[in-house]
Amino acid sequence: MNISMKWLSEYVLAPQDMDVFCDAMTMSGTKVERAETSGKDIELVVLGEILSIEAHPDAERLVVTQVNVGSETIQVVTGAKNVSVGDYIPVALHGASLAGDLKIKKGKLRGVESNGMMCSVEELGLSREDFPEAPENGIYLFDKEELKTKGYSLGDDVKPLFGLDDTVVEYEITSNRADCFSVLGVAREVAATFDRELKMPNIGFKEVSGNIQEMVKISVEADDLCYRYLGKIVKNVKVEPSPKWFQEKIRSAGLRPINNIVDITNFVMLETGQPMHAFDLEKVGGAEIIVRRAKAGEVMKTLDETERVLDESMLVIADKNRATGIAGVMGGEDSKITAETTTILFEAANFNGTNIRHTSKKLGLRSDSSSRFEKHLDPNLVEFAMHRACALIDELNAGQIVEGQIDIYPNPRTERKLSYDVAAINQILGTELSEQEMTDIFRRLTFQVDMESKTVIIPTYRADIEGMADLAEEVARIYGYNEIPTTISSKNPTVGHKTISQKAEDMVISTLLALGANEAVEYSFESPKVFEKLRLPQDHPYRRAMVILNPLGEDFSMMRTSMLNGILTSLSTNYNRRNSDVTLFEIGRVYLPTALPVDNSDKNAEMPTEKNCLVVGHYGKKDFFDMKGMAETLAIALGETFSYQPSAHSFFHPNRQADIICADKRVGYLGEIHPLVADNYEIGAKPYVLMLDLDAVVDHINLSKKYEPIPKYPAVSRDLALLVKEDVLAGEIEGVFAEESGKLLEKAELFDLYQGEQIEKGYKSMAYALKLRAKDHTLTENEINQVLDRILRKLDTTFGIRLRD
Amino acid sequence: MREQLEAIRQKALTGIKEATDLKILDNIRVELLGKKGELTAILKGMKDLSNEERPIIGQLVNEVRQSMEEMLENKKKELADKALNLQLAAEKIDVTLPARMPELGHRHPMKTVLEDIKNIFIGMGYSIAEGPEIENSYYNFDALNIPEEHPAKDEQDTLYFNPDLMLRTATSPVQVRVMEKNTPPIRIIAPGRVYRSDEVDATHSPIFHQIEGLVIDKNVTMGDLKGALEVFVKNLYGDDVQVKFRPHFFPFTEPSAEVDVSCVICGGHDHECKVCKGTGWIEILGCGMVHPNVLKMSGIDPKEYSGFAFGMGLERITMLRYGINDIRLFYENDKRFLEQF
Repeated sequence: MNISMKWLSEYVLAPQDMDVFCDAMTMSGTKVERAETSGKDIELVVLGEILSIEAHPDAERLVVTQVNVGSETIQVVTGAKNVSVGDYIPVALHGASLAGDLKIKKGKLRGVESNGMMCSVEELGLSREDFPEAPENGIYLFDKEELKTKGYSLGDDVKPLFGLDDTVVEYEITSNRADCFSVLGVAREVAATFDRELKMPNIGFKEVSGNIQEMVKISVEADDLCYRYLGKIVKNVKVEPSPKWFQEKIRSAGLRPINNIVDITNFVMLETGQPMHAFDLEKVGGAEIIVRRAKAGEVMKTLDETERVLDESMLVIADKNRATGIAGVMGGEDSKITAETTTILFEAANFNGTNIRHTSKKLGLRSDSSSRFEKHLDPNLVEFAMHRACALIDELNAGQIVEGQIDIYPNPRTERKLSYDVAAINQILGTELSEQEMTDIFRRLTFQVDMESKTVIIPTYRADIEGMADLAEEVARIYGYNEIPTTISSKNPTVGHKTISQKAEDMVISTLLALGANEAVEYSFESPKVFEKLRLPQDHPYRRAMVILNPLGEDFSMMRTSMLNGILTSLSTNYNRRNSDVTLFEIGRVYLPTALPVDNSDKNAEMPTEKNCLVVGHYGKKDFFDMKGMAETLAIALGETFSYQPSAHSFFHPNRQADIICADKRVGYLGEIHPLVADNYEIGAKPYVLMLDLDAVVDHINLSKKYEPIPKYPAVSRDLALLVKEDVLAGEIEGVFAEESGKLLEKAELFDLYQGEQIEKGYKSMAYALKLRAKDHTLTENEINQVLDRILRKLDTTFGIRLRD
Repeated sequence: MREQLEAIRQKALTGIKEATDLKILDNIRVELLGKKGELTAILKGMKDLSNEERPIIGQLVNEVRQSMEEMLENKKKELADKALNLQLAAEKIDVTLPARMPELGHRHPMKTVLEDIKNIFIGMGYSIAEGPEIENSYYNFDALNIPEEHPAKDEQDTLYFNPDLMLRTATSPVQVRVMEKNTPPIRIIAPGRVYRSDEVDATHSPIFHQIEGLVIDKNVTMGDLKGALEVFVKNLYGDDVQVKFRPHFFPFTEPSAEVDVSCVICGGHDHECKVCKGTGWIEILGCGMVHPNVLKMSGIDPKEYSGFAFGMGLERITMLRYGINDIRLFYENDKRFLEQF
């Protein structure tokens, strides 16, 4: 919301110092975004009168003029064609600055001294759009009559004459303060902030006799969308441009002057916040206004000369024949004010803000009017605005106001009465304000205070004030947020802590960082194309995704069901940017619907499951067993034991992948990404992925540890060189070691794996170092041999494994 | 015999002095002190001496022996030192040669900042609460005093699965869930992902992270809110940072405020500063006293309890801390970006 300080000052006396003003307004809740003083860069340009014009001795195109600038007469050489003796013009004196950082200095033009420069509007940083009377490529000539009435004399600064002495302040108005989207609304806040008097604008006007009821018929059919409709008629209208002072105000708020009638409606909207509309009554079919819902497919042309197709959710202002305006959004081309208009119907109405918002959105048509209605205006503002418009008709001498008005307002909004409780407000704020201090603030805010009953009556435009908390905020913002003493509450202390799973997550992160993985953050959205990229079969559970109804495009249309796409996408980004050896991990959620299609109309329906997962992705120096090492290291960090089973995921290399098992549950997988999937992600190296369902791992985690004495008795090492059939897995052999050695096996380390010459085809040689130890004694040779015998027997009977000769 | 001893001593002195390695030294030792050594021979001849002379010569022999052993020991040490010095000299390395780098992972900058924030609040007695990202209308809007017809509910801002199920637009629903399940005193922060229907550009992302906080207790005042956030801000940005509370509007708090801190980039001294736009202040937090309606809906009696809530954007705070100017960098995971933090 942009408001000119000059305009504002007509209603309230604001402090002169702009820094003080802006700061105080921000601190009382009307945040100042910026303050822009116009004509800041224009200096030393004064009003001058041309006394004489003579030819330049050496230049055909130039003339030498004598100009009276009040204190003296100066010689100015100019090439301007449109000046004559007696003209009043803006003159930039020696040392002046003009728009675009132009500095004016004394000098000689073709040998003749020139002590200043006559100015065009462009040189003052203005345009002919704002000053249509200014000549094209010429010096601006002032209207002598106007200067006289305004009391200007030669040598005066011309900036005020161009409206260049004003500061326009941009305010951020919060959505609960519809009343502040107007000059008066902000003026009211200024008055409250600085405890100044608010001067209301004139709403008195003369009327001529007539019977409005006979001149127009108004009915509201859709009274759920139109809470009030007020009409008033002006006849013998003279449509013409508004006077300059009036235009200037319209312009200061960023609108364009059109004609006096339209300017009045805009002025009233800017001043009071109430949008208005003016119809050419003669073009209103049947002289009848019907406020109704549009018919499905009804077409009308709005003021911006665009055909609009309407639907039944939209509210229109119609005449007997057709829609002639979209209520609260924009008027119709058919009934607009033209130079020929003689009788107008002024509309001031109150519409359902939400409906206006929906309509404006559906049509893609936002106007100054709709953006105000959207915020839910006070219906009691309607009459004030109408009377203000009439007063302006009078003031601008734009027509004759017909007596009487048609006001359809079935349910008038009444003022709210609230009790205040000084102690309760002090308790909310942590202040010790007296009742007098608080009620003073209420009075400044124009609430009517009754200290006897301890109540305040809230004006209807402050619909946001509903209870004690709201009153507390009003007190606080006028008293000053920064005046409230800062305290540290320690009444009922609590101990801050992380939960077990949060701690486990921290542990996972620090482990991965130590292993050289960088932490990534991925989108939780993905595209349905991901399923094909990952080569997921049609019935794969990952294809059961939550689908967003109004996504930001296909890539953002589903919630991820796995961590794969995100990490592969980031690996791809890195690969294609030529980063080498990349390891990334992410901890994040996957979103698994309990039922599809998602139906939440049943309040008891289960919410989708959000599972916290870890994914590690890599390409570069590591291979499958490095990734497995990461999994194992994580298991150690979490105090868990993982085992691995060959798996068959379609996105992995068919022969280089495993499921991770923890406490008999599948908790994740790892593997080399299938070359076709790597291709789909444009990764030219072998990517590896490790995934863990953290929730499942952490489910039975026990972070409490107990000391175990450091072994006192020596360990014994025995090497076994085994001849193993190719298809027997190391895991199976190690399973036998563990099973058959009771608690004596401390470690089984594979130190050699060989296939080739010297080994029978279809076999491999595996050499293990077994480390055995008893907690409570030194193992005897006998014990050791018994264990080894059991192991070898089992290996033989189960897998046909023999010791190598 | 005295002369003999003196000669042995002299011989030892010269021999030891001139020895250049341990082997020569050992030869000298054997030659003089060994079983067949010269000194040993003298000792053997002692039995022929008179009773008067024997103790005198015996003492002398011992003296010579001791001094020789001392000399040998000193020389041995000298030679060992010399050998070690030679070895050390030979082992000289160019310490400016490149290090053999272990791989060190880097935390995502947002997560580093989040961890700092968590630690500050844990230190102030807050715990960390979590909740679903896919929420229903009740928790995302209604329970937060956001009216049925609020623009926030429009598809324009919220991503929906069906009219009642959506991606949470703030982490505030977690506050409601915590209030429903716990009795005061409550002190929590709720960090997490939130979603808005914003097209991706340098300052917008449809996914971003928020950290909200909630305190509910008896007699909690706005002064306490100011106190808590001042402690937080000073811990995050340093004691010199100024904090300013400005009135604002949020449906779920009343009174509400926005919190500005003095510009962490220019300190308010640069009129051209791009971060604070020359104002000297940057907005980093929204906060307020929990609206009585919100307390009531979550089963907490506003007559008995009051509280405050606050919220901030993790991306923004991280961008301010590191001078990052494009939010998309957070989600690209380029190694060259991540390894800077």
